[in-house]
Amino acid sequence: MSTRYTIIHCLNQFFGGIGGEEQANIPPCLFPGPKGPGMLIQKEFPEIEIAATLIFGDNYVAENPETAIREILSLLTPHCTENRPDLLVAGPAFTAGRYGIACGAICEAVQEELDLPAVTGMYPNNPAVELYRQHTFIARTSENVMGMTDAIRNMIPLGLKLVRQEEVWPEKDGYLLQGRRKNIFAPEAGAKRAVTMLLARMNGEPFTTEYPMPVFDRAEPAPPIEDMRRARLALVTSGGIVPKGNPDRIEAASAQRFGTYSLEGLHAFSAQTHQTAHGGYDPTYANEDPNRVLPLDVVRELEAEGAIGSLHEYYYATVGNATSVENARKYGQQIAKVLVADGVQAVILTST
Amino acid sequence: MVKEIERSGITAVHACSIVPISLTVGGNRIVPTIAIPHPFGNPDKSFEEEKALRRQLVEKALQALQTPIEEQTVFE
Repeated sequence: MSTRYTIIHCLNQFFGGIGGEEQANIPPCLFPGPKGPGMLIQKEFPEIEIAATLIFGDNYVAENPETAIREILSLLTPHCTENRPDLLVAGPAFTAGRYGIACGAICEAVQEELDLPAVTGMYPNNPAVELYRQHTFIARTSENVMGMTDAIRNMIPLGLKLVRQEEVWPEKDGYLLQGRRKNIFAPEAGAKRAVTMLLARMNGEPFTTEYPMPVFDRAEPAPPIEDMRRARLALVTSGGIVPKGNPDRIEAASAQRFGTYSLEGLHAFSAQTHQTAHGGYDPTYANEDPNRVLPLDVVRELEAEGAIGSLHEYYYATVGNATSVENARKYGQQIAKVLVADGVQAVILTST
Repeated sequence: MVKEIERSGITAVHACSIVPISLTVGGNRIVPTIAIPHPFGNPDKSFEEEKALRRQLVEKALQALQTPIEEQTVFE
């Protein structure tokens, strides 16, 4: 009979089967047995038993991380005294930013506070990766749920190695670099390896560096606006506010475009004129009053009072929901070009 | 997006509900907002109260645009 491992699985409200964005505010709760992807884990790995599944609302954790993590720890602590589980598995979260942050924070907390090994899974571009990769084990996954089976086949063996305290390596065990240095024995001295690499490079042959340089993509802070009363302002949003009917058909997730929309003669957004196209949050409040996402009403008031010099005649909108970094960069560049040409000095960019 | 706009020489403020994400993607002037589905509003309040709250946040964003900074700054 093979060794059995007991795990606790953590899922958001969506994968946990509670509901969509309308349930994104639910506090963490614990259910016995597996849910959703947990069933697949047990099917793929018969030696695993999921003792309990912790389910939380994406927004609940992302908006109040400290409180939420405290609540999660107090739910898990009783489970970690008697019949202590071997491992905590969170997600996989693929490219979902809020979900990724929750998974990373939970893994970090249980490792530290409950001394329990933990593993999660994400696509390397998930914004949570930069926040948590140094202190948690994040298995590499595909961009979306199509890669669920592969994600599980990557996360679970990694997690079980952690349980058995076996040595793990990012390349071999498929997790994202933590930025740690380890001593190893190499058959050849460093000088010889370096010269071999240099020769390969000079001959245009492939080689693998032993120390990849970190990529810092930072923009220098722009100088402050001297006086907003004389400045030209533009509004940009990734919150998906579009004219009613979404004329450019901006995608609800993984947006392939941004829209340019006139503000001429518009004093405020309203439920009659505008709506959200964003598929990553409950649209109820934004559809009732789109100024809740892009505050045009107040900006117009401040313009009329003279607190803002002038407002650029268009606003720009896309949907920031699992949108690729590459696309976001491209939209930013294209929008900036138009704004510079119109003499805009300041931008308020709103995100949900 | 915020980074590319700033690279063009325009001063940008990122008003958002999940500050850690803005810090990761490289926002420089960051104003935390109310909640993910309604960053500039609070549906539990009356329309007037909600609008006053929204105005405070926009004023804070304008203030951030006029503040000299050397590094990523969260305007709490």
